[in-house]
Amino acid sequence: MKKLDSSGALTPHDNQGPTRGRNSGESDMTSLLHPTRRGLLLAGGAGLLTAALPGHVAAQGAPIKIGFQLHRTGIGAAYGRWYERTAQAALKAINDGGGIAGRPVELLFEDDATDPKRGAEVVDKLTQSDGCDVVMGTLFSHVVMGSAPRAGELKVPYLVCSEGYHVASGALNRWTLQPGITDVRSQIQAMAPWVSANLGKKVAMVFPDYAFGYDHRDFFTAAIAAQGGEVVAQIAIPPTETTFTRYFPQIPAGTEVIYHVMVGPAVLTFVKELGEFYGSGAKPQLFGFIDSLEAVDTATPGLEFLEGSHFWEAHPRVKPADAGEHEAAYRAAVGVDDNGASVSDPADVATYSHMFSTWETLFFLKQAMEAAGYTGPADRQKLVEAMEAIGDMPYGIERPQGAKVFNGKTHQVFGTQNISQIQGGKLVRVHQTSMADGAYDDAVDYTTMAF
Amino acid sequence: MAFGPFLLLALMEGLVTSATLALAAAGLSLVFGVMRVVNVAHGEFYMLGAVLAWAVAALVPGPPALAFLAALVVAPLLVGALAAAADGLILKRLNYDPEATIVATIGLLYMIQQATLSLYGPNANPVQAPFDWRIQLPWFGYSGYKLFVILAAGLVLLALWAFMTRTKAGLIMRATQVDRTTARAFGINVDRVYMGTFALGAGLAALAGVLIVPIQQAHYLMGGDPLLLSFIVVIIGGLGSLRGTLIAALVIGLSDGVISMFFTPTLAKILATLLVAMVLVFRPHGLFGAKA
Amino acid sequence: MTGGGVTGGGVKVWVLHLALLAVLFSAQFWLSPYHATNLVRIMVLAVFAMGYNLAFGYTGLLSLGHALLLAAGMYAAGLPAQLWGWSAGPAFIAGVAGGGLMAAAVGLLALRTAGVSFMIVTLMFAQAGFLTLLYFAPITGGDDGFALANASRRIFGFDLSADTPRFLAAFVIFALGLLASLALVRSPFGRSMVAMRENEERSRMLGYNPFMVKLAALACSGLYAGAAGAAYALLFGYAGASFATIQYSILPMLYVLLGGAGTTLGPFLGALVMFALIEAASGLTSAYFFLVGAALVALVLFAPKGILGTIRERWVRWLP
Repeated sequence: MKKLDSSGALTPHDNQGPTRGRNSGESDMTSLLHPTRRGLLLAGGAGLLTAALPGHVAAQGAPIKIGFQLHRTGIGAAYGRWYERTAQAALKAINDGGGIAGRPVELLFEDDATDPKRGAEVVDKLTQSDGCDVVMGTLFSHVVMGSAPRAGELKVPYLVCSEGYHVASGALNRWTLQPGITDVRSQIQAMAPWVSANLGKKVAMVFPDYAFGYDHRDFFTAAIAAQGGEVVAQIAIPPTETTFTRYFPQIPAGTEVIYHVMVGPAVLTFVKELGEFYGSGAKPQLFGFIDSLEAVDTATPGLEFLEGSHFWEAHPRVKPADAGEHEAAYRAAVGVDDNGASVSDPADVATYSHMFSTWETLFFLKQAMEAAGYTGPADRQKLVEAMEAIGDMPYGIERPQGAKVFNGKTHQVFGTQNISQIQGGKLVRVHQTSMADGAYDDAVDYTTMAF
Repeated sequence: MAFGPFLLLALMEGLVTSATLALAAAGLSLVFGVMRVVNVAHGEFYMLGAVLAWAVAALVPGPPALAFLAALVVAPLLVGALAAAADGLILKRLNYDPEATIVATIGLLYMIQQATLSLYGPNANPVQAPFDWRIQLPWFGYSGYKLFVILAAGLVLLALWAFMTRTKAGLIMRATQVDRTTARAFGINVDRVYMGTFALGAGLAALAGVLIVPIQQAHYLMGGDPLLLSFIVVIIGGLGSLRGTLIAALVIGLSDGVISMFFTPTLAKILATLLVAMVLVFRPHGLFGAKA
Repeated sequence: MTGGGVTGGGVKVWVLHLALLAVLFSAQFWLSPYHATNLVRIMVLAVFAMGYNLAFGYTGLLSLGHALLLAAGMYAAGLPAQLWGWSAGPAFIAGVAGGGLMAAAVGLLALRTAGVSFMIVTLMFAQAGFLTLLYFAPITGGDDGFALANASRRIFGFDLSADTPRFLAAFVIFALGLLASLALVRSPFGRSMVAMRENEERSRMLGYNPFMVKLAALACSGLYAGAAGAAYALLFGYAGASFATIQYSILPMLYVLLGGAGTTLGPFLGALVMFALIEAASGLTSAYFFLVGAALVALVLFAPKGILGTIRERWVRWLP
């Protein structure tokens, strides 16, 4: 177990393990000798988990190796470390529960520097040099786009945790799947009816001027029109921008809702400046994607302006009063408190609405490998076919975010979404969508493509 | 929003951009002018200033203003000391050869960036402004601290100008800038002048980081953008000309603000970038630089 | 900067280069598939660096905008393949031409400046190019870029997504690039390039037109960068705007300085060593870029002429 404790933010090597961390669930000496509060909580959480999982027997035989393409450096680094923590927790849970088909599981992390070229090299390294059975983990969609062709050439299953619409749009290949998180098209479509019914019908959109932003622009504009609403302004912000006030006058008078989705280190500035711009005067309703505030404390000074505004969340960061029965065990295992921050450092806020995807992807992989009778790389094609055959997946500790349906034709999973309101500086869930809200027609049938 | 208020906002934002640019570019201009050294790591010194402001805010109890004042002193000193060490250990040994220093400072950039990622982490952290004051105009609200940044930039540049023209140290630096060999012949310790200049330039970058971090966030990759813009300002303004730096910052900041009113944002960025490139192409020594 | 070594050596020089090519060709038989694929990447990057070396190492043009030329080649090859289904051969030629034309266009304007201003102007053109790729996202795919269809990655019936054809294609491009650059720098034109680097004023008095020599050198450099960009898109099946970022302008400079500016084999050696360094360092620490930075500083302090530049200076005077 990598030592995750961080008593002070300026501690050397905080949260930076060896790049090529290998972990098959055993504790290492440092954390045994100096058990931290977090370590103990983790152990407690794992106890809960193992009780919840069937077949609690020690795993035997040669380990199954899973390569994890990680944003440890570069612009995605804030997401990367939470992806790593969550995947480590899921790994421990799986190994404590007997591994996959009785075999122990290893995770091999490799940094892709959030760069598409390095991403393809990492797929290569994990597959050809380290002998991984599958590769998973990527978040940023340009890294997915750059890496997927190489995964297709190597004929290695490549499971992404990115929420981009690139998989279901048909742009990739038979070896690339997204089984752990609903894509952005479905998320947006599921939100639109609630936004139009509760916040307003005249919407101004503010989004980053690149692919992720265009998905929002195109799918939300269509979805709100279907609800009888209208997008009155589309304001695309260049990715190099660090200040935003000058764009706010483009928001037309009479706008009822500002829909914002920003990513990257400048998002806080965006929200602060929006607050300064409107101040205490009359202002439109605000609806944002939590991507704007992942890894950011909603009670940060300067964000008071967000009080009362609404956010999409895939997985509510603040534990709802009516949370599912597995929520507590999941949080304990990953080391997240009820506010969605690290148990060892309340200022270290999780990327809670994205990181569950690594957990669910690992359990999806376990299910598919066991169904396929997977024994080694020769069975990779059988493994993809077994994944494509998976459909309904009920709520459980394997899927703490909620029940899912995997569409084998589009290689994309679908789940429910949440809308939360900031009340007293905390995100409180006010609505949960249904699975049907996010359904759309298939754009591709990967199962007809050659391997 | 009507055109008038829109223009007013664009101009205010342009002025803030100008102030940011002038602050970030002042140190680069100094180093460039006196030492003829292109410091690619300049943006990282700026970033270190912002990150140190965050660290000081976390360590100093009491009101944010107190921590802010402490950071204004501590960050430039620490960063200046780091720069002095880099000068003595690396740049001096390279004899300030232009190409070698570019490579060495690229190496320095990677080292500072990665060390910050390891020690400070990948998150963007906010630092509270020393005061919380907001102006409400009839059409829109505006941050009082942003106006303070404009004022602070003016004061810093004024102080730097006074230092360069009114003090003995400034005189020595200017003498070294004009002719290194003659300066040495007159008994000026050029090595010490260079070390001092490099440290002062880095300290100014750190000061800019501290001043600007309340309207942005401290993030380990935040040094890239100011680096690019400061380069542009310094070149357009003419090598080592403080007045040129100020005017170039104003021109670029304001035109960036106003151009963004008329074009879609990314197109505005493209046009602004090409415009600056064209100025350089047709005025290769900048608007105010002496012909080399 | 390095001097001399451009013309001496004769037969020894050609034997050395052909021997290197022979070793590289045979590498596909004795390297593991993983390392062979990495060698393909290194050869493609080395082509890019060889182009940079022509501009910087020989002609003295310190550009910080070569990412634009790389991206020009990548998109000039990738877009026709993506939009109109061009096959790899025509797409590659379009890519090479795209890189060369872009370099000529940039050169016409940027070469009015020199030194640091040239560096900044090229940097700004590259930045404008990067933003343009984002602005036309409906066509270029923006920052996401696009994956090339396998149907476009075929040449003479061979599938470039398979290991052996890919290796051979990269090898042929690299070998042609290396031999062409050797012939170029040993030609009269090559000597006029070096004259620009050493003393532009004197060469003007000797009757050269410095602007035209530099423009031609930059255009050649662009042909190489275009070839590398096109090769990456076709061999690895992806084109994206990240290749137009400043990082990809700095990379060839590092390769060239590491291997030795103004040496024909320096770019390849630099790309090889840097790739190996990152590969090894990323196994030791997550802060491997710190090691890269430290290596750069150490290099410039202790071997400022790069590996081959130092070897040439001390031991092997005839090295081109």
